[in-house]
Amino acid sequence: MRFQFILSEIGIGLRRNLSMTISVILVTFVSLTFVGAAVLTQMQISKFKGEWYDKVEISVYLCPQGSTVPTCAGGEATTEQIDAVEDLLESPDVAGEIQSTTFESKADAWVTFSEQFNDRWWFNSVTEDDMNASFRIKLTDPEQYQVINDVLSGRPGVEEVRDQRQIFEPLFLVLNRMTLLSAGLAGVMLLAAVLLITTTIRLSALSRKRETGIMRLVGASTFFIQLPFMLEGAIAATVGALMAVVGLWVAVRFLIEDWLGQSVQWIPYVTTTDVWVIAPVLIGVAFLLAAISSIVTLSRYTKV
Amino acid sequence: MIRFENVTKVYARGARPALDDVSLEVERGEFVFLVGASGSGKSTFLRLVLREERATSGNVFIAGRDLQSLSNWKVPSMRRQIGAVFQDFRLLPNKTVYENVAFALQVIGKPRHHIMTTVPETLEMVGLAGKEKRRPHELSGGEQQRVAIARAFVNRPSILLCDEPTGNLDPTTSLGIMRLLDRINRTGTTVVMATHDDEIVDQMRKRVIELSTGELVRDQSRGVYGSAR
Repeated sequence: MRFQFILSEIGIGLRRNLSMTISVILVTFVSLTFVGAAVLTQMQISKFKGEWYDKVEISVYLCPQGSTVPTCAGGEATTEQIDAVEDLLESPDVAGEIQSTTFESKADAWVTFSEQFNDRWWFNSVTEDDMNASFRIKLTDPEQYQVINDVLSGRPGVEEVRDQRQIFEPLFLVLNRMTLLSAGLAGVMLLAAVLLITTTIRLSALSRKRETGIMRLVGASTFFIQLPFMLEGAIAATVGALMAVVGLWVAVRFLIEDWLGQSVQWIPYVTTTDVWVIAPVLIGVAFLLAAISSIVTLSRYTKV
Repeated sequence: MIRFENVTKVYARGARPALDDVSLEVERGEFVFLVGASGSGKSTFLRLVLREERATSGNVFIAGRDLQSLSNWKVPSMRRQIGAVFQDFRLLPNKTVYENVAFALQVIGKPRHHIMTTVPETLEMVGLAGKEKRRPHELSGGEQQRVAIARAFVNRPSILLCDEPTGNLDPTTSLGIMRLLDRINRTGTTVVMATHDDEIVDQMRKRVIELSTGELVRDQSRGVYGSAR
């Protein structure tokens, strides 16, 4: 009886303020899509980092013949210089940061290079002497690049210390900026959502002042009086959240999995599974928004 | 049933009190008229009984319970013992007669079978049998007030508060309403009726409590409207 009665009250309320209900749904939809986009972007970044930071190395290029870098003034790196670098890498200051070190000699580099590029038209103009000998260093924590750089940069015989991670830095920068942007937009939209839900509940409460007045008079409990209003907001917000989930799913499925995933295959992308993972969070946020705004509004508009 | 002990109600700080040190007692099953000019404190009296307002000082007891110390969440269950009828009927225009009366039971969570037996019974008692499916605007003023009385009485409250129930009705119709209230009173329900209608008060010869600018100026059993007459 009660349940059915409350349901019919909610139906009446939602229909009476149809345009407001729709706007609540749309605003929560848009705001939660941005929230979801921000979360997915961060997931993408961490996925990417997780996959690539395992593979990235620091390359310490040693001086080749005829390099113009000041530290290479002495010509090609000598055996002593190479040994000195190796000693440094084994010194207690940096050894802790290093997971493994491999030395690639000029000859090794040439083999790799010729395998990779022997079909190019410019291949014949390059010789083994153009190659750099190098140390390939894998760090325990890829973020600690600066430590190695401080120790080795500027040492005689070292042409350049290069962090492969830096290749991806601009990408991460873009992704992080995108996250910030969508988080910012999400914030603004969420604020709008809260205000709209508040207004909707207030309108609904005012348009049903007569009903609630009688309910109070005949002794309906405060909870019973307020429940339909709370559920109205919650239902509208949840519908918005569901739409956001569907929207994100469609975007990930068709834009990322089908399109980006097919054209740029070497990157691990977020998948629709990730969308399902964040779906409960989005719906939770929507429900919480509605609950908070209802409680704030109702305490003011339906007094005992 | 209703006991006021030195009750004073001041709405705005520094304003003249709406009720000024009023003490009185209404016994179970009594029929009481509350008379006095507009602004004399009749409505405040009723609002205090319903605990829509709290007394500024003094105590209001309903069925032995002190409303001053009654916590908010217990107010609804206290109100279920009180029915209220108003001059403007306060019916829900988009609900039928039956639905309007049933509403009062639905919102306090009464089971369906209880509603299905009690509502027709009450409608018959107030003389609206056969008009269950009408909407308020299809009814005369007197009939609308009967619906309101049915709604107030359907939960069998021990107190019925009436705030000028005949204020919008012609004398003949008013008489019908008074007969109905009298019948309800005979079932053992305490009836407190605020009114301006001197004819009705003089005819009924019930206890009359007169308020003037918030003060209790007369409490007379089997009284008439104006003490001067």
